[in-house]
Amino acid sequence: MKLQEFRSKEILARHGVPLILGEVARTPEEARAAAERIGGPVVVKAQVLVGGRGKAGGVKLAGNPAEAEARAREIIGLVIKGVTVRTLLVAPAAQIAREYYLGLILDRGGKTITIIASAEGGVEIEETAKTNPAAILRLPLHPLIGLQRHNVRRVSFFLGIPPELRSAFAETLTALYAAFIGSDADLAEINPLVVTDDGQLLALDAKMVLDDSALPGHADLEEMRDLDEEEPSEAAAREAGINFIKLDGTIGCMVNGAGLAMTTMDLIKLAGGEPANFLDIGGGAKADRVAAAFGIILDDPNVRSILVNIFGGITRGDEVAHGIVEARATLTRDVPMVVRIVGTNAEEAAEILRRANLITADSLDDAAAKAVAASRGEQP
Amino acid sequence: MSILVNADTRLVVQGITGREGDFHSRAMLEYGTPIVAGVTPGKGGQSALDGRVPVFDTMDEAVRQAGANASCVFVPAAGAPDAMLEAAEAGIRLIFCITEGIPALDMLRVYWVLRQQGVRLIGPNCPGATSVGQAKVGIIPGNIHRPGRVGLVSRSGTLTYEVVQAMTDAGVGQTTCVGIGGDPIVGTSFVDVLDMFNQDPETEAIVMIGEIGGDEEERAAAFCAREVRKPMAAFIAGRTAPAGRRMGHAGAIISGGAGTAESKRLALQAAGIAVADSPSQIPALLRAAGVR
Repeated sequence: MKLQEFRSKEILARHGVPLILGEVARTPEEARAAAERIGGPVVVKAQVLVGGRGKAGGVKLAGNPAEAEARAREIIGLVIKGVTVRTLLVAPAAQIAREYYLGLILDRGGKTITIIASAEGGVEIEETAKTNPAAILRLPLHPLIGLQRHNVRRVSFFLGIPPELRSAFAETLTALYAAFIGSDADLAEINPLVVTDDGQLLALDAKMVLDDSALPGHADLEEMRDLDEEEPSEAAAREAGINFIKLDGTIGCMVNGAGLAMTTMDLIKLAGGEPANFLDIGGGAKADRVAAAFGIILDDPNVRSILVNIFGGITRGDEVAHGIVEARATLTRDVPMVVRIVGTNAEEAAEILRRANLITADSLDDAAAKAVAASRGEQP
Repeated sequence: MSILVNADTRLVVQGITGREGDFHSRAMLEYGTPIVAGVTPGKGGQSALDGRVPVFDTMDEAVRQAGANASCVFVPAAGAPDAMLEAAEAGIRLIFCITEGIPALDMLRVYWVLRQQGVRLIGPNCPGATSVGQAKVGIIPGNIHRPGRVGLVSRSGTLTYEVVQAMTDAGVGQTTCVGIGGDPIVGTSFVDVLDMFNQDPETEAIVMIGEIGGDEEERAAAFCAREVRKPMAAFIAGRTAPAGRRMGHAGAIISGGAGTAESKRLALQAAGIAVADSPSQIPALLRAAGVR
C-alpha cells in the first residue's frame, strides 16, 4: 500500500525523523488558513500517489497566505498522470543549503533490508542510478540484527555529512529504520533530506510503501489508505476478498490463481484482444464470491465479453459450473461468457454450462480466441 | 529417483486439524504420501484423518515419537513463521510452507535462521511438490500427473497445474513438480531447484514457469547457460501486466522498470532456452528439444 506524503511524514515524525508536518488542505480557503497559521513563505504540494508531480505543476511556492490560496486553486483539480488532485499539503518553505537522498528498501535479491543513500538528493533515485551510479551507496544490513552504529557511520561519511550534523543524521537514520520496521514497510524514503541555511537537518519530502501482507497487524496504518485514488471497483473487490486490478481492455477475466490469471490476460492479448482486468478469485470458487466477481467485472462499461478460467484440480468442476450459472442469474447486465473449467467432472461441468447458454472451450487458447471473438460481437 | 520428496518421506502436517490442513492431508494420504504425524497445539493425544494420523502438541514430539523428517505447514499467516521455526528447532530439515500472506519482514528472519540451521524451505505461498507416483506434499492435485522424465519448477499454483495437465495430455510425463512460491522472500529459488533437477539422473528435461517481478528468472537463465545441459522449455506469465501493481502474488510486481516478462524472456532465450507464448506450447517445445 502506497502512502501519501503527509501520511508517510506522520509515521516518520512519530518515530523521530526531524520534519515539519505542515497542514493538510482540501480547498483553497483551507490552504490560505493553513498558510496564515504557519506564517512566512510556504510550499503547496499536491498529494498524489504518482511520481513527477513537481514537473506537472503540482508543487508551488507561495510567499504569503493570499498566494497560497491562489496556488491551491491552480493545483486542486489538476490531473497528474490520470489522478485528479483533491488534497494538498501546506508546509513551511525551507532555505536549502544541501540535499540528500536517504531510503530503506526490502531487498528481495539480497533477502535483507538495504540502505540507499546519495548526496544527489531532490531527484528521483532511479534517475541518479542511470546518470551517476557511483553517487549511490547501497548498503545491505544484517538481516537478523539490523541497523548498527557502524552502518550509520558508513552512510554518514559517504554522504559527507558535516561534523556538527553527524549526531542529528544518526538519529534521523535510526528513526527512519525504526519507522520501516515498525510499520512493516517495503520502502521508506526521504527525498530530499536537507540541510537548511540555518544548519538544521530536515526531511522535506517522504514516501512510504507498506507490505500489504502485514496490514492485518496494523489497523492504524490500514486507516491511512487513500480511497480517493483507488478505483472504486478495486476497493469493492478488496472488501469481497478478491484480487482485482482494473485495466483498459474490453474482455473481463475471472480466474483462480494469480499466475493463471496473468496468463489468461496474456493469451487474450495474443489472440488479438485486450484484457479489461486482472482478477484472481482465489481457491474454491464459491458461488457468492463468483457472483461478487461478476458484479465487479460488469461494473466496467467497457467490458464486452467475459472469460472464466477455473482450474479446479481437486475441486469438482460441476459444482463450479453450478456456481457460475447461479451467479449469472443474479446479474443485471449480461455479456457473452466463455467458460473453461478444468477439474474432476469437467464433462458434466461443460454440459451444465451449455444448457445455460454459456460458451465452453476445450483449452485456454481456445477460450481466449472465443472471448476475443465474442467481445467483437462475432459468433465464436 | 526424483527430488525433494519420495516414498521415504515421513511427513508431519502442521495445522492438520484446520480446514485446509485436513482437506489436503486427505488428498496427500490418498496419493500415498506417508503422513506420520500432525501437530496442532492443544490437540495432542487426538488423531486426525479418521484416526489414521496421530496428533501432537509440539513438533518435538512429532519428530521424536513419530519419526517425522519433513514438514508441511498449513498454519495461518500470523502463526506460520513460528511454526517453521519450531519445525527447524525440532530437527526437521525439509519444510514446505503453503501459507499465503506472511509479512515479508517476518520471512526475512525465518529465511536466515532456517538457512543457518541447514533447513531446506520451500515456499511460503507455494503449492508444494509432487514426485509422481511416489509422494505429494502440499496442494497440487494428484490426478493431473503422468510419470515420466521431465522436472518442472514454477512460482505459481494453478498455472503449474495448467502446464502439468498440458504435458500429461500430450503424453509428456514428469519426475517431480515443484512450486517455489509467489512471495518476494521464498526459501528456495529457481536456481536451487534447477540444480537439483540437473543432478537428478531420472530427470532428462526441465520446464521452468516464471512470472513478472524480481530477478530470479534472470539468475536462473545465467545458471542454466553455465551449468545445465538438459533440454529446457520455459513460460513467463505477465506480459500484459501493468507496471507498479501487485498481480495477486506479493512478489509479482514490476518496479522501477525491472522485473518485466520481456526481460525474463530475453534472458532465458539468450541462455538457449525455448520460451513458450502459451502453456499449451510447452509439450511441443520439449518434443522439439528431444524429449521422448
